[in-house]
Amino acid sequence: MIRFILLQNRQGKTRLAKYYVPLEDSEKHKVEYEVHRLVVNRDSKFTNFVEFRTHKVIYRRYAGLFFSLCVDITDNELAYLECIHLFVEILDHFFSNVCELDLVFNFHKVYLILDEFILAGELQETSKRAIIERMGELEKLELKSQAILSVKLTCKNLDSRSQFRLPSPSLSPLVAA
Amino acid sequence: MALSGMRGLSVFISDIRNCQNKEQERLRVDKELGNVRTRFKNEKGLTPYEKKKYVWKMLYIYMLGYDVDFGHMEAVSLISAPKYPEKQVALQSIGTTNMVGYIVTSSLLNENHDFLRLAINTVRNDIIGRNETFQCLALTMVGNIGGREFAESLAPDVQKLLISSSCRPLVRKKAALCLLRLFRKNPDVVNVDGWSDRMAQLLDERDLGVLTSSMSLLVALVSNNHEAYWSCLPKCVKTLERLARNQDIPQEYTYYGIPSPWLQVSVCVCVCNFLLSVISHTFRKRKNEILREVKTMRALQYFPTVEDPNTRRSLFEVLQRILMGTDVVKNVNKNNASHAVLFEALALVMHLDAENEMMSQCVALLGKFIAVREPNIRYLGLENMTRMLMVTDVHDIIKRHQAQIITSLKDPDISIRRRALDLLYGMCDVSNAKDIVEELLQYLSTADFAMREELSLKAAILAEKFAPDLSWYVDVILQLIDKAGDFVSDDIWFRVVQFVTNNEDLQPYAAAKAREYLDKPAIHETMVKVSAYLLGEYSHLLARRPGCSPKEIFSAIHEKLPTVSTTTIPILLSTYAKILMHTQPPDPELQKHVWAIFSKYESCIDVEIQQRAIEYFALSSKGAALMDILAEMPKFPERQSALIKKAEVAEVDTAEQSAIKLRAQQHMTNALVVTDQHSSNGTPQSVGQLSLVKIPSISGDVGSSCQEHTSADQELSQANGTLATVDPQPPSADLLGDLLGPLAIEGLPGAAVLSEPNAVSGLEGVPIPADDAAAIVPVEKDTNSVQPIGNINERFYALCLKDSGVLYEDPNIQIGIKAEWRAQHGRLVLFLGNKNTFPLLSVQALILPPVHLKIELSLVPETIPPRAQVQCPLEVMNLHPSRDVAVLDFSYKCGTSMANVKLRLPAVLNKFLQPITVSAEEFFPQWRSLSGPPLKLQEVVRGVRPLSLIDMANIFTSFQLTVCQGLDPNPNNLIASTTFYSETIRPMLCLIRIETDPTDRTQLRITVASGDPTLTFELMEFIKEQLAGIPTAPRPPAPPAAPGAQPTNPAAPVAQPTNPAALTDPGDLLAGLL
Repeated sequence: MIRFILLQNRQGKTRLAKYYVPLEDSEKHKVEYEVHRLVVNRDSKFTNFVEFRTHKVIYRRYAGLFFSLCVDITDNELAYLECIHLFVEILDHFFSNVCELDLVFNFHKVYLILDEFILAGELQETSKRAIIERMGELEKLELKSQAILSVKLTCKNLDSRSQFRLPSPSLSPLVAA
Repeated sequence: MALSGMRGLSVFISDIRNCQNKEQERLRVDKELGNVRTRFKNEKGLTPYEKKKYVWKMLYIYMLGYDVDFGHMEAVSLISAPKYPEKQVALQSIGTTNMVGYIVTSSLLNENHDFLRLAINTVRNDIIGRNETFQCLALTMVGNIGGREFAESLAPDVQKLLISSSCRPLVRKKAALCLLRLFRKNPDVVNVDGWSDRMAQLLDERDLGVLTSSMSLLVALVSNNHEAYWSCLPKCVKTLERLARNQDIPQEYTYYGIPSPWLQVSVCVCVCNFLLSVISHTFRKRKNEILREVKTMRALQYFPTVEDPNTRRSLFEVLQRILMGTDVVKNVNKNNASHAVLFEALALVMHLDAENEMMSQCVALLGKFIAVREPNIRYLGLENMTRMLMVTDVHDIIKRHQAQIITSLKDPDISIRRRALDLLYGMCDVSNAKDIVEELLQYLSTADFAMREELSLKAAILAEKFAPDLSWYVDVILQLIDKAGDFVSDDIWFRVVQFVTNNEDLQPYAAAKAREYLDKPAIHETMVKVSAYLLGEYSHLLARRPGCSPKEIFSAIHEKLPTVSTTTIPILLSTYAKILMHTQPPDPELQKHVWAIFSKYESCIDVEIQQRAIEYFALSSKGAALMDILAEMPKFPERQSALIKKAEVAEVDTAEQSAIKLRAQQHMTNALVVTDQHSSNGTPQSVGQLSLVKIPSISGDVGSSCQEHTSADQELSQANGTLATVDPQPPSADLLGDLLGPLAIEGLPGAAVLSEPNAVSGLEGVPIPADDAAAIVPVEKDTNSVQPIGNINERFYALCLKDSGVLYEDPNIQIGIKAEWRAQHGRLVLFLGNKNTFPLLSVQALILPPVHLKIELSLVPETIPPRAQVQCPLEVMNLHPSRDVAVLDFSYKCGTSMANVKLRLPAVLNKFLQPITVSAEEFFPQWRSLSGPPLKLQEVVRGVRPLSLIDMANIFTSFQLTVCQGLDPNPNNLIASTTFYSETIRPMLCLIRIETDPTDRTQLRITVASGDPTLTFELMEFIKEQLAGIPTAPRPPAPPAAPGAQPTNPAAPVAQPTNPAALTDPGDLLAGLL
């Protein structure tokens, strides 16, 4: 089982941290610091596995970003290594040509994607298509709610001024809906 | 959630990115937090959009590593943002707000946050509601952070969703993993009775997302109860077949042409779990123990097989296909994916009762892997070879790869080096020990610091286990100390000393070697210790060799003295004393020199050094006496190697399959296998045949001279003694699962360590019935998993009679006690000894004193370093007589568990007594003047433990009561006297008379007299308690209204208030007679 997932850049800035075991905040910071130190100086010719306390960290570097998974000692290393790659492929597909900045400004979306990919520390879905489609659904939902919200806001504003101005006729049916 | 723009958030992130330095960033973050905080304060003005924005900002700030100590409530409240089911559209709008709440909550909080409870109802409504969006959100959050309360209230609903036919796969796969989380955390709460059929149905699932999630769930269910799910096994094999043959797998589930490698891996793990769980249930063993014993199991044919022949055949076919059909390809991802499956198949084959052919295929594959350049594959090759060693007899084949493995030991990547070290350690046996250990030693000088300790420990263990001859063993250890002294723990040199002491043939050799090392210009302090010890014991065996005259040896050692620390000096002093003793005829010059050193250290600030200096000086002045005391140390009793024990203890920390421990366990029993080896000089000698030799105990029952002897080497033998009692701590069941979990913080409430008598207000001044007192004082409560060693009660009673000994012991700690009593004052020292190789944390000792004792405990350190002993002095003052007992509330943290124990302190009534002998002339006037209650009490007790008069007298003596012979003319009676000391009353003479019935020893009449009514009463009860399990009387109200108290005593069988005038008082009769 995955204990936690970290996305860190070479400077050690955390871009995403997801814990599947309960840790105190101070412990989380310590873990993030230690994992960064552990992986950042490793040669690219080294293995992608490194012991971390009583677990092991499977990590992979993409440009300046380190994706690290902390898993149990008995877990299959290569399977998790490819799991990182699959995640990156999904991100790449979603953001079309993903870069670190995408992940920074859209960190909330990355969390959403991750929740569709991994749950309770286990793989939930390994089909890229299924995840991308699901994200599409969520995006639509969001757009719709944004639209409704802005309409509602507009109406509110209009209502307060309705004594002075006529409400725009085109908006009224939407409110009724 | 704003998948589309959320401007404020983007602006904030840009601001942070534009900060030039950390300080600026902090200022910007503080500003934003201030802003968010004020906005949250008047929540009413916030639109859902703003709420979402702020909660996201908080998560971002949190991710940057800042503390976000507010807003948790807001995040949680977003989950339960109002919903309007009648308006579908509005619901959608709110839905995304809830989504933010769910996501942020599960990132910001963990399962232990109280706020989460507030959301349980909403979460449940979302799960049982028909809205798919909310179901998904709720399942995701519970799957990621759900704790026990969630399991209790949600598990059945989640189970329904998983098997519901109307839910989309989207919901069901989340339900499967959500259930897995709840089950893993609380298997007792989640009811999975009858779930095998459901799981079997789930394995027929067409959607691979649901199948993947369900397979993970099945893995957990099988480990918990394999029998119930046995029917799922054929389906697992079928799934594997389907995948491996790539039949009917949607294109989107193939990864670089491999049909879902993750699902394949998961199925293999599941089948493997079936096999391992069968044994673990049959033999009631934990899984990691099983892994250790697979080999034996197989040999005994206990190893389970897949019984159904069809399933068995299919499984073998599919595994064969995987083993043979995996080729190395250029594409890294494809290669990794196929090898992920291959390695899992390999692991399954190892645990399957496979044909030998298949097994040798595996070994051949692994042999190939450990030679490839690709680091990941090489790493896994080494790792799996180590695993293979543990389960099958492939030693000989693996030995062929020894050279290759040694190359990996020098790989630049530490991950590979560690695996190589594990493998070398695992494959070592008598035939290759020399090569491997020498390789390790050679590597030691260049190895990086992170590995040195492990390396030296492993080298030492291997050298001990597989030594072809003992002189080689000594060579190895001395080299080890020479090359990596800082990383050689004391155990290692203690062990070599034990070996040398127990093997006479080895002694000259070891002494000569030690002498050689002393000539080196700079040697490690541990080397000074071991050579000084060895030369002190055995240098006389070298006397004729050049450079080995006592004088030369002395000066070689003495040269090192200025370089060593105070812990080594005592060893050197012992060595000097021994050299001096062995010098025959005496060398006056040497003697002068040594004496000068002794007298120099006579005023040393270190007590140990000072004592040794003084004693050795005195002893060596006496000449002949010295001979006996400083003779060679006797042989050590045979004991398990402390090193191997250490490896076992360390094992608790390391993960299940780490190779070290598996091997250490397997070879534990033959740790001393070196038996029939021949030593360098050709005489057969055997470590295994060591006869048990009793070490003179330190407490000195062998006599004072022997005591000296031992004390001279106390450090060594004590350390050994301590090690010998180390028990590997039983790994708690969820240790691995919760290693990364937070440490349970359940310390004692912040009570002061130093407790005044009135700290326990419940006891203060209030007369407490004996029953209640008993409920408070008592009995060691074992609230935790740490089991005490030995009986705590027995230890307490023993300590009531003597002044030093062990009060408490468990696998982690030993609490010793040493006491001195002087009148009403007592000085106790608690010795808290950490038996582990890791520190004990959050150590707390709290004294709960009864009202009559004033106890001051000096500061107890919060941490006890590994293998260290700390002393905590305790001052006790007795205020007035009482039988109440002080309680030591002791707790510490070990790993994640908190251990707490309540121990009675042996500061009991009899400790404040001092024996006094009274003559007839003193006794009778006193006896007569204390004419009756409350000063003189008498009671007939029945049902006591039958004791002879002599035994009774012995008991009295042990409690500091002087038995006055001949005062009572009746030989069946017994008179005793003592003095009681307390702060409030003068030293008080107490007189006791016991009348026995020679025809019925279970019946006694006890009379107690003293000048203080409370004392008389307490002493009477005390004696009754001691003379057998006589129910004790309730405490008289304070101040005791003694005469009234007695008759109301329901417990005493016959309670007679004595009448001063009554002639029935035997004392009076007695006095009258005389």
